[in-house]
Amino acid sequence: MDNGLTRALQGLGRQVNSRIWRLGFASRFFLAIMLHSGTSLRRIHLTIREIYFTGVLSLIIIMVSGLFVGMVLGLQGYDTLARYGSTEALGVLVALSLVRELGPVVSALLFASRAGSAITAEIGMMKATEQLSAMEMMAVDPIARVVAPRFWGGVIAMPLLAALFSAMGVFGGYLIGVQLIGVDEGSFWAQMQASVDFRQDILNGVIKSFVFGIIVSWVAVFEGYDAVPTAEGVSGATTRTVVTSSLAILAADFILTAFMFTGT
Amino acid sequence: MSRTTLDLWVGFFVAVGLGALLFLALKVGNLASSSSGETYPIYAKFDNIGGLKVRGAVKSAGVVVGRVTEIRFDPEAYLGVVTIQVDARYKFPRDTFATINTSGLLGEQYIGFEVGGDIAMLKAGDTIKKTQSAVVLEKLISQFMFNKAAEDGGKK
Repeated sequence: MDNGLTRALQGLGRQVNSRIWRLGFASRFFLAIMLHSGTSLRRIHLTIREIYFTGVLSLIIIMVSGLFVGMVLGLQGYDTLARYGSTEALGVLVALSLVRELGPVVSALLFASRAGSAITAEIGMMKATEQLSAMEMMAVDPIARVVAPRFWGGVIAMPLLAALFSAMGVFGGYLIGVQLIGVDEGSFWAQMQASVDFRQDILNGVIKSFVFGIIVSWVAVFEGYDAVPTAEGVSGATTRTVVTSSLAILAADFILTAFMFTGT
Repeated sequence: MSRTTLDLWVGFFVAVGLGALLFLALKVGNLASSSSGETYPIYAKFDNIGGLKVRGAVKSAGVVVGRVTEIRFDPEAYLGVVTIQVDARYKFPRDTFATINTSGLLGEQYIGFEVGGDIAMLKAGDTIKKTQSAVVLEKLISQFMFNKAAEDGGKK
């Protein structure tokens, strides 16, 4: 038999095997977090501390990038709408694209690289320095004490950050569209309010960001917990967090969009 | 467990986040203006509804007086049946004329009510008798072309 071919097949099989193994472990890990979230919600100060680290410290990056994304949408949208002579619809364009898509997705991507990577590195370093083992020795469940508060902190912070991103973006679009270019202020807001529906657009955006919060937090805590306990292993896990959660966000966004906005 | 500056910052963060959500709901969205008040249903049958959509506006004299809530096909009469929820504050005469109009050249389509002179008013569940279908641009153009061709033929 061809020796190289068998070895290649073996390598492929091992890869697939380990991926499926990791997926199963991640699912079991998710269940464990759910089971232990009661304790983390009872000791709410642990979760509040994590909301501070993931939410409050992400405020600046989320608000500034929201403002800039809104300003870019204002400029680009005006340029395109001017060709059709309907520049009054600028408010609609800015608000709908932010509330439905860009707000949840971009803030989730930023959240994954700002907060998700930090969570992975922190839990990974705890594992590498055997703090997690020490907790187990003292009969403290590391999932209840370390993992679940970080997970819930991320899940709670994410929708709030996405809402802030959208609000800042609308404000940025207003600055460029109305203050700089001179679109009529009344029609900017009136058309926006006429076409943005609370349940259809805003609430669906909030649901999206909530799902993205679960995805990012889950991937981040899992990668940290599963990291190879060396400096190299932690750095690899941090990279994987950003890559995996970014891809998962975009894939989940497609699925959610297909369900929510079927174009009726 | 005592209060810390951490709590202050988290409280600030949650307040700002909820404030942003409130801004989106009230200023960007139409939660405040979408008066979920009393409405009553009226039906209208059209030969062709064109690009009319569910949630489309129903206007009288340019003022929004209701919304399109359902569009279905009547398999017996081969007509499009549109269900309209009209704001209960407004009553319209029985001979109100419903037309499908387009706002602007490329805008959305909406139903316009042209009020008649009947003393009896439309009640909940009534069907509007007189309707005018959406204008199909292709038909309009072909009609124009035929007329033009007929005129030219007459001259010779």
